[in-house]
Formats: sequence, structure tokens, C-alpha cells
Amino acid sequence: MLEVHELSKSFGGLKAVDQASLDVREGEIVGLIGPNGAGKTTLFAAIAGFQPPDAGRVAFAGQDITGLAPHKICAAGMVRTFQITQPFAKISVRENIMVGAYFHTADSKLARREAEAVAGMVGMTGQLDQMGADLTVAGRKRLELARALATGPRLLLLDEVMAGLNPTEITEIVQVIRDIRESGITILLIEHVMQAVTSLAERVYVLNQGRMIADGTPAAIAQDPQVIEAYLGHGAAKVMRA
Amino acid sequence: MSRQAALCLVGLAAAVMFPLVAPNYLVNVGMMVLFVAFIGQSWNIAGGFAGQTSFGHVVFFGTGAYTSTILQVTYGWNPWLAWPAAMLAGAIVGWVIAVLSFRAGLRGSYFALITLAFAEVFRILANSVPFTRGGLGMLIKADPRPINFQFRDPIWFYYLALLLCVVSILIAWQVTRSRFGARLVAIRENEDAARALGIDVFAEKVKVLTLSGAMCAAGGTFYAQKYLYIDPNIAFGVDKSVEMLLVSMVGGAGTIFGPLIGSVTLTVINEVTRAVASVVPALKNVQPLSLVVYGIMLVLIVARLPDGLIGLFRRKPRHA
Amino acid sequence: MLDSQIIFAGVLNGLLAGGIYVLVAVGLTLIYGVLHIINFAHGSLLMLAMYAVFFLWRLVGVDPYAALPLVIAGAFIFGFFLYRLVIGRFSHGRDENILLITLGLSIVIDNAALLFFGGDTQTIDVPYAGAFVEIGAAFLPLPKIISFAASLLICAALGLYMARSDTGKAIRAVAKERQGARLVGIDVDNIFAISYGIGIACLGAAACLLMPTFYVTPSSGHAFVLVAFTIVVLGGMGSFVGAAVGGFIIGITEALGGLLLGEQLGQIGISLIFILILLLKPTGLFGSKA
Repeated sequence: MLEVHELSKSFGGLKAVDQASLDVREGEIVGLIGPNGAGKTTLFAAIAGFQPPDAGRVAFAGQDITGLAPHKICAAGMVRTFQITQPFAKISVRENIMVGAYFHTADSKLARREAEAVAGMVGMTGQLDQMGADLTVAGRKRLELARALATGPRLLLLDEVMAGLNPTEITEIVQVIRDIRESGITILLIEHVMQAVTSLAERVYVLNQGRMIADGTPAAIAQDPQVIEAYLGHGAAKVMRA
Repeated sequence: MSRQAALCLVGLAAAVMFPLVAPNYLVNVGMMVLFVAFIGQSWNIAGGFAGQTSFGHVVFFGTGAYTSTILQVTYGWNPWLAWPAAMLAGAIVGWVIAVLSFRAGLRGSYFALITLAFAEVFRILANSVPFTRGGLGMLIKADPRPINFQFRDPIWFYYLALLLCVVSILIAWQVTRSRFGARLVAIRENEDAARALGIDVFAEKVKVLTLSGAMCAAGGTFYAQKYLYIDPNIAFGVDKSVEMLLVSMVGGAGTIFGPLIGSVTLTVINEVTRAVASVVPALKNVQPLSLVVYGIMLVLIVARLPDGLIGLFRRKPRHA
Repeated sequence: MLDSQIIFAGVLNGLLAGGIYVLVAVGLTLIYGVLHIINFAHGSLLMLAMYAVFFLWRLVGVDPYAALPLVIAGAFIFGFFLYRLVIGRFSHGRDENILLITLGLSIVIDNAALLFFGGDTQTIDVPYAGAFVEIGAAFLPLPKIISFAASLLICAALGLYMARSDTGKAIRAVAKERQGARLVGIDVDNIFAISYGIGIACLGAAACLLMPTFYVTPSSGHAFVLVAFTIVVLGGMGSFVGAAVGGFIIGITEALGGLLLGEQLGQIGISLIFILILLLKPTGLFGSKA
């Protein structure tokens, strides 16, 4: 469904993403991991149209979307969430989600019902009247998710949805994400929380210093010496084996 | 009927009754309150709802005023026909400024400043170009018959201003209930998030400024017809820009009734300072004193009461 | 077409005026660079300083140039406390908020001036106002030349202060990296107030240099604010070199605009430059990406 082919993005002299490739098949949950500063969010931004890539191609459902504006990519069916949450602070949770729902309808009553339904899916029904600014971290993460869901996407790009959540909240969100996949939406997620990655993702890509260094099942890449070195430092793989 | 709707109806009835019992002086004051609320709403839709703060909104006002006046005086158009033409001119200017500014990615303070510059350009042009009669200004021949968009009795200008104000409130109300309005608010709150949710931010911003321009231009024509004289400073001077911005912010930017509340408040302040000044013989000119108070209010509102006076009335300040 | 002599004279006059504009712009760009505030009250404060110079001359008989140290010191103190008591207190949140606050401030100042000083135009008559210096076909008023030289000296002194003194270094540190400066123990809030004070002190100096050949009315604030912003945007927000280059360019543009298009229409050049820069290169000639 999503094909990223040798995408590169530099800022100034720094190559943030270096010829990274990945693909996501319909119905999958794919993870993107890597140590801090590896370039994961930059890769997302380049895929989702927020930063035009310097080189490489992005194709979605067969259509070339490289460098398209974010709202056009949303129209194609791909939506992203933000690592640093961006709630619409001065309006209610319901109104926040409605903005997403308005993507495929102009009717305010319909958008309202959609918003309430989506809120139910992510477990925010009790918070519908709260102001965006008044939510806790967990609430904001859910709101990001709900808003993106409300647009009716085919592929969801989730950027560190788990960050800042406690173990209970993580378990809840993991279930929500599973439910989302069950409803027919494909998911690509950036994550640091390994528990979430291993329990959700069927395949995982590993990014380090802008380069894709491994991909495979969570179990396989956990054994991959290059991955171990990326996280624990040079020579760690040897140490681990000894 | 909900409490809000009942309140509105009562208010409307009072506004309709008012000029029938009030002296002419107060009728004119009332007309001004409603008129400023109207043009304030035009600013509010772009600045309050969509968050595009403009410092040069008077550019639309002046465009409207000059368009209808020139069509009338130089080309003999009937002013009622010149009115929609003025609105169209305002819409076009709004569209042009929006496309130029937003294509260049201008936001926040930069956008505010460029609108100021546009207003200044128009003012200088109006001052120097022959078809606006330059600094002399333009006089509309007094012939107070309804067909000429002139009325002998100020009560009719009052009712027209009331109509405009009500229409602007309805427009704002409709915006808040529509997808367009929700998108504008999203853009105001967080442009990037709005983009990610499929909103064509550029297109929506252009739309709102075009609408705002048309509305404000309508106000320009009204003003010209009431006072029968415009010149570059009246039409494009900074004072009107400030007034539109102020009434919206004081009343509550991004709310339906904000500009009206702001307009009433500012007028009350104006009348009070006028009364105070009449007691102090040294103060000949009252206008600056009112403006000093306005300036202080702007600082206090932005710093302490960003939701405007409406924020005082709501338990949880709700925006559009 | 216009005589090349007239154009030459125009350019020279514009250069002289530009020298003073540089001083105004330097203050504005300093305030932006350090505090990230777009000081909309800049023009109004200049107008206030010009009235101060006028009244010092009218009531106490002090020559505007002789008044420089007094006015600069007074302006610094005024700016320092204006920041401490008003602007610094209220300037949290979006940058538009600060713009609105300084707008409110300018409205208060402009109208208070109208209230207390009346709307009449005021000028200073210095005994040497009629003296001219001849350069080619250009007759340049002596006060303008003195002001030009003084402005350059003051800018140079300011530059030295910023480069060498402890406070100057602290200011530059805060401008570059606020948090880092805080971490090394710099009293950032104090630096903010000092920087704002210096910005206004520049206005005080400019006022002294302008009054001998210019005039002041309460609406002078309006006229100057757009000029100041155009220069700073042209040169690049936060850049001193930019303010200097921009000041001269705008001075010359204004002079040539007046020559080619007449007094009224000539003013349009500045607004148009402002618009064009914002549309085409908002970071200006020497600015860094915002």
C-alpha cells in the first residue's frame, strides 16, 4: 500500500534521512524504530508531505505522492499524527474530532455523530466536552488518534503515540490500535516503547542515523547485531554474544 | 425557545424600538454602535475566527467607499447599484492580498504588518491619483431621497445599520455552525495539525479574507452615503483599522457577539469621556482621550483577558 | 528627465537622512534580536523623544545636539522601566500578542501626545540651521551633516559596546541562546530590560539628531514606524549590518521617490519595498531564517 523508495532528506549539511526504503502492505501494522535522533520523525514528515524529500519516491496505493501537500495526501487516504501533540486548544474534544470528520462530509450533524462514534472507539466518550487544552498527556494522545481516525484514512502514520503514557494507558492504547486495524485501517507506527512494538507490529524497520539498517519480525531484529549496536553502542553485539 | 434565542429577540426588539423614542443625537450614536459592530464583525471573521490578525483592514473599507462614490459621482451610477459593485471590489482586494500574502507564507505578525502596508499604499494612491480627486476628497451631492441611498431622517440610516449588524451576526453564526467555520478555527489553533487533517489551509484563508473584504467594503459604502464626504485619510486611515480590531478584541475575538459588545463598550467609554471632558475646560478635543482609554483597554485585554469581555460571562470560555 | 545634478543632490540628501534612519532601525532590530518583540511602539516613542528634545530647547534653551547625553540617558531609563513595568509584564504567549500590546502602547502614546501637546507642528530653530555645505551641485544643510556624522559615531560606539563590554556580551549571548544564557547565570530578564532601554536610547539620540532639520507632530509616530519596519525587514530582523544597509537604502529611496514622484506619491516607495520584501524575501538581506 505504501512504498517508500530510497528517500533522503538533509537539513543544512546534515543528512537526516539517507536513502531509506520501506513498504507497508494493506492491513499490516508495521513498526519503525531506532535510537533517538535516528531520523524517524523526519522520515514521517517527508512521507506525509510536511517536508519535501531531497531524493527518493513515495507511492501510496500505486499513486506517486512524493512531495505532495499534506492535505492532498490526506485526500489520498494517508493521515499522520504528531509526536508533540497538537490539540486545538480552545475548542472541545468533540469539536476537535469533528474537524477530522469534516474531511469527508460537509454536514455538521453528520460530523458530530462521527466524532462521537470515533471518540467511543478510542475511549474518549466521557471527555467529549472537555477543552483541548485541559487534557492530560494520555488524553491528548488519544485525541491525536481520534482526529486522524475521523478523517476516514486507509493508512495511519502514528508518531510515538505511547510516549509519556503509563503502563495501564499503554495497554489500553495497544488494544485501541488493534481495534483500528481490525476495522480495516493499515498502520505504520514510530515507537520507542518496545512492549508496544512487539505486541502490535508484524514487521519492524530499524532506522539508525538516517539509514535503514534492518527489517523483519520483532523477534528477528531483536537478535540482529547491527540493531543491538545501534542501541547499545559499538561492540555491544560481541559483548552480548559472549 | 432557548434562553439565548429569547435574549436575542428581546435585544432585537429593543434595538428596533430605540430610535422611535430616542432623540436624534442618540439615534446617530446608536447607528454608529451598530455600524462599528458590523465592520468589526468583518474583521472578526478573519481575525477572530481564523486567527489572521490584520492591522490594515481599513483597506477594504476605503475600497468600498471609493468604489461606490466614484461610480456614483463620476459615472452617474445609482448608489444602490454601486453598493454591490463596492462589495465586489472589496472581495477582489481581499482575494489579491490573501493570495499574495499566504502564497508567500506570511503568518502572524508579518501578515499583520503587510496588511498595514497595503492600506498605506492605497492611502497614498488615493491621495495622489486624479480619479479620486486626491487630497481634496470626494463629495456626494446631497439629495436626501431614498432612491439616492440618502435619507432625511437619521432613523433610516439607523435601521439600515441595524440590518447590516443583524446580517453580520447571522453570517458569523452560520460560520460557527458550518464546516468552513470549524476549519477556520482549526487553522487558527494549529495550522500544521489542520493541514494533516486534510484542510487546504491556503484556500480557506483566501476564502475568509475575500468574505471579510466584501463585508467591510459594504460598510465603506454605507459610511460614504451617510456622511456624503470621503477623503484618503477617512477612507484609508489607520484609525478605522484600529477600531475594527479593538471592538472585536474587547468584546471577544472569535465570538458571534464580540464585536457588538465591544462596540457598545467603546461607545459608552467614548460618551463617558466626552461627559468628563466637558467638565474640564482645558480638554478641547475629546477624541484623543477616548483613544488613550482604548489603547489601555487593548493592552489590558490582550494581557489579562484574552477572551474579551465575553470571557467574563462564560464559565468556560467557548469559542466558535 | 531629471538633471543628474538634482539626482546627485537627492542621493546625498537621502544618504544623510539614511544615516539617522540607521539609528532608529538599529534600536528596533536590537529589540527584536534580543527579545523577539516586534516593537510597534517604536515610532511613537521616537515622536515622544522628539517632543522631549523640543521642550528642552523651548523651555530650558538647550541646543538639541548638546542635549544628546541627557536625552539618551533619559530615553534609556524610560525604555528600561517601560519594559519592566508594562511590556515585560504582559508579553507572554504568541508573538501577535506582543505586537498587539505594543500597538496599544503606541495608541496611548500618540493620543496622549495629541491631548497634551496639541496637533500643531513644532520645529526647532537653531542658529546654524541656515548654514550649507556645498558638494558639487548639492547644497547640504550643515545640521544634516552634523547629524549624519553623530549618528555614525553613536552607532560605532554602540557596536563597540556590544562587542567589548560585559553587558554587551551578555546581550549577544541572550540574543543567540536564551536558555543557555540563563544557565550560565545571566539575569535574562534584566538583559531584556536593558536591551529595550538601549533600543529606546537609540531613539533618543535619533530625536536629537532629527529635530534641527525636521519637525514633530503627534502623528510623526505613524510616519516613522513603517519606515523603521521597512528598514529592519529589508535588512533582516536582528541584523545590525542589515539595519545599517537598510537605513541607507531607504533614505536614498525616500529622497529619489520624492524627486521622481513628488512629495505625496514618493512616500509609496517605502511601503512598496516593505510589501515586496515580505513577499519575496521575508528574511531580508542579512537576516537568518526566522
